[in-house]
Amino acid sequence: MTRIDVGSVLRHSANLPFSDLVTRPTGAAVRRCIQTELAALSEGDVALLDFSHIGMMDYSCADEVVAKLLIALAGQDAHAGYIVFHGITDAHLEAIEVVLDHHGLALVVQFADGGARLVGSVSDEERAIWEMVYARGSAAADDVADGAGREPAEMARILESLLHRRLLRHDGDTYAPLGPVQ
Amino acid sequence: MTVVIAVPSSLDDLTFESVLDQLAQHPADAKVIVDARHSTFATPYGLTALLTLAQTRAEKAEFLPPENPDTVSYWARAGFFRYAEELFDVRGHVPRPRSSGESDVLLEVTPVTKSDDVHGVVERIQERAASILLNKLHLESRATMGFAMTLSEACQNIVEHAGRGGWVMVQAYNYRRRLGGRFVVVIAVCDAGVGFRSSLESGQRRPLSDRWDDAVALEAAVVNGVSRYGDPGRGQGLKGIRGYVHRWEGKLSVRSGTARIALIPSWDDDVPRREGLAFFPGAQLQITIPEKVSAVA
Repeated sequence: MTRIDVGSVLRHSANLPFSDLVTRPTGAAVRRCIQTELAALSEGDVALLDFSHIGMMDYSCADEVVAKLLIALAGQDAHAGYIVFHGITDAHLEAIEVVLDHHGLALVVQFADGGARLVGSVSDEERAIWEMVYARGSAAADDVADGAGREPAEMARILESLLHRRLLRHDGDTYAPLGPVQ
Repeated sequence: MTVVIAVPSSLDDLTFESVLDQLAQHPADAKVIVDARHSTFATPYGLTALLTLAQTRAEKAEFLPPENPDTVSYWARAGFFRYAEELFDVRGHVPRPRSSGESDVLLEVTPVTKSDDVHGVVERIQERAASILLNKLHLESRATMGFAMTLSEACQNIVEHAGRGGWVMVQAYNYRRRLGGRFVVVIAVCDAGVGFRSSLESGQRRPLSDRWDDAVALEAAVVNGVSRYGDPGRGQGLKGIRGYVHRWEGKLSVRSGTARIALIPSWDDDVPRREGLAFFPGAQLQITIPEKVSAVA
């Protein structure tokens, strides 16, 4: 897994002497640097976007760094990589949740102890299924359907939607979480 | 022709209207003397709006400072004269600002013209704001980060939309007139730029309605989150400000052109929309966050 230190990107790559992610121009500069690093990933690679050294983040910056990054990643000509967010605090979440809700986006936050959480615009059903896959580490659609007591076709549709939103990835014939599992 | 504009003894967002009403009776290029000799109190809005007023005059206005030594000393500590001396012909002697140690001025009058200024404002405010919000307003710790975010977004409106520099000031004080002495923290952000109506017009973002004026433009931007930019991610700054103000039972008012709208909490009896005000360029925003009620015995 490739780790991208957003604090370092802010200060060095974007050459901005700050620790807070505020203002749209700052956010846009940081996003462009991150996108350059993501472009070097191989297909299917997962990047850990580490916000541990970021102080605060405002709505405008969250929109530029988080939302536009996810939108670009989901775009047709985007590089086929995945992103896991790390070092996210409640202070960051305040802005991130607002912009994710605004755009109908979601992301995976990974905690230091290996635990993970889905943040953003997902249905209760999508969240429950994502958590089931996460708990199993890797699962085929039929297995998840059995576990949830649902029709395989219906389960495949939901899993494919989570896959399309880059909240899960393929691991051979199965669906798997983006990061290492606890 | 020289006209004298009397500054009210207590200068805030509402009484500043009397200054604009007086100005409206004279041509824009009239020589103006702004007489603040009898002023004894000014909110951050009052001070930043006075500087904004100076920016709008074709001919440099004269300024008569408050005669009350405590008032003029406070205005100096708040950083008002540092910029007033550039924008006005200030008559007489004004004190040099001295460090007063413990002060409820969280952020003295600060110019905002570019993105880096917003970074500077946010970095300077965080530590002091945390102390005031937790210890004097008795808010939860998560209020602190939201406060800095709100301040950041309010300042960015100048950088993104005004087309010229503006001013920000933050202060904590006892709000005797409305809240029986409860503490409040007040953010004022004022500019003399293009204002909400022209900003939306420049982006072809006027709503599809027959009526179009400053009040409609303010409502579109502040309440409905319409931005002059077509980018669907835009408009979240003011939305975030509204959310923060609502969560902490605060008050938000925004004036632009000839209109003013306000999101009013239960402790205030302001009106939500004022129209037909004296024209004043740009946008003037005020956020008031009060001390938590349950903490007051």
